[in-house]
Amino acid sequence: MTDITITVNDREITATVEPRLLLVEFLRETLLLTGTHVGCDTSQCGACTVHLNGRSVKACTVLAVQADGQRVTTIEGIAAADGALHPMQEAFREHHGLQCGFCTPGMVMSALALVERNRGEPLTETIIRNELEGNLCRCTGYQGIVKSIVAGAKAMGAHVGGAP
Amino acid sequence: MYAFAYQRPNTLKEAEAAFNAGEDASYLAGGQTLIPTLKQRLRQPSVVVDLGAIAALKGIAATNGGISVGAAVCHADVAAAPEIRKLIPALARLASQIGDPQVRNRGTLGGSIANNDPASDYPAALVGLGATVHTSARDLAADEFFTGMFETALASGELVVKVSFPAPRRAAYVKFRNPASRYAIVGVMVAETAQGVRVAVTGAGPCVFRIPEMEAALAKTFSIGAIQNIPIASGELNADIHATAEYRAHLVGVMAERAVAMIA
Repeated sequence: MTDITITVNDREITATVEPRLLLVEFLRETLLLTGTHVGCDTSQCGACTVHLNGRSVKACTVLAVQADGQRVTTIEGIAAADGALHPMQEAFREHHGLQCGFCTPGMVMSALALVERNRGEPLTETIIRNELEGNLCRCTGYQGIVKSIVAGAKAMGAHVGGAP
Repeated sequence: MYAFAYQRPNTLKEAEAAFNAGEDASYLAGGQTLIPTLKQRLRQPSVVVDLGAIAALKGIAATNGGISVGAAVCHADVAAAPEIRKLIPALARLASQIGDPQVRNRGTLGGSIANNDPASDYPAALVGLGATVHTSARDLAADEFFTGMFETALASGELVVKVSFPAPRRAAYVKFRNPASRYAIVGVMVAETAQGVRVAVTGAGPCVFRIPEMEAALAKTFSIGAIQNIPIASGELNADIHATAEYRAHLVGVMAERAVAMIA
């Protein structure tokens, strides 16, 4: 067993875990933060996407012990303290960026990361589609998701536009 | 996943000591290959030695006429590094096409080359650019580093510390990728370097390889026409449900031509 301290959604958590425990298992089963989903469990689908030190990662392919001393943000950690949805969540609601909703937490976390990663240049639909490569949706055909991210990015003050 | 002991050393020396103390130990870099392998119970290390806290493995630095990249630098950082984009844009572009954004945020240069997956991208970069691999014990030319399918010249416990890439005069990497896994079905790096023209192929065979006939032809005339009629034997190439050996041989020619077209 290994002692770890991880800051999850701005809360410092100390726990003793088995080294083989995955970060996604730690989040869901130890902390009961079940917003992060396990889709494929083989690093393909991205439903388990969380932010590790601000960068998107697949929590099914990170050990909890590797996150020791680091900062993790999950879908539960992005809304405002008063419960108001994050602009990206609001955009997914407004623009119908989901059908069954299973992939949505990962989509939103990837969307936030891609907006931040591309702050230096205009965000285009092509960039959004390319950078959603690590997230699979089996319902929507992505149209609503891309539309939601365009709207969410604008609401976050990102420069969206240029050639598609 | 089978249970294992876990260590997170702070120095190379401690890492090697931890590795050598364990029976069937395994190093853990970004974990994007190792963790799925552990999940499938294809490996059962007694101890996993996490390299994530070792400062000596981090960082990107300009060197005399090139760039040195620490073994623990993730693909996303190689893709985004201003000095790499300026000096060796083909390397940045190659890194930007590995896996997906989440994988690129975790997977590392050292982990990738030490694993030497035949369908991985970095071997083509190292061999194509004539890079040098600096390990915890010695310096190895990329040509000597990759020795076979999932095999390298690394001795047991020996660690990749950094890789130095000399800046080429011009270079381009083009890959035909598996749309699901994003691994290279065939990837070709063409580079004009101080050591001459180099053409390195990944994905097609059991291990990265060079094509001397193309290199000689391009050295004479750097044009698509120079390599159009060079036959690629399919005999020793990989075949799977995604591509036959003959198709891969064909793709080697096409990817090489596209790479030349980008920089001719």
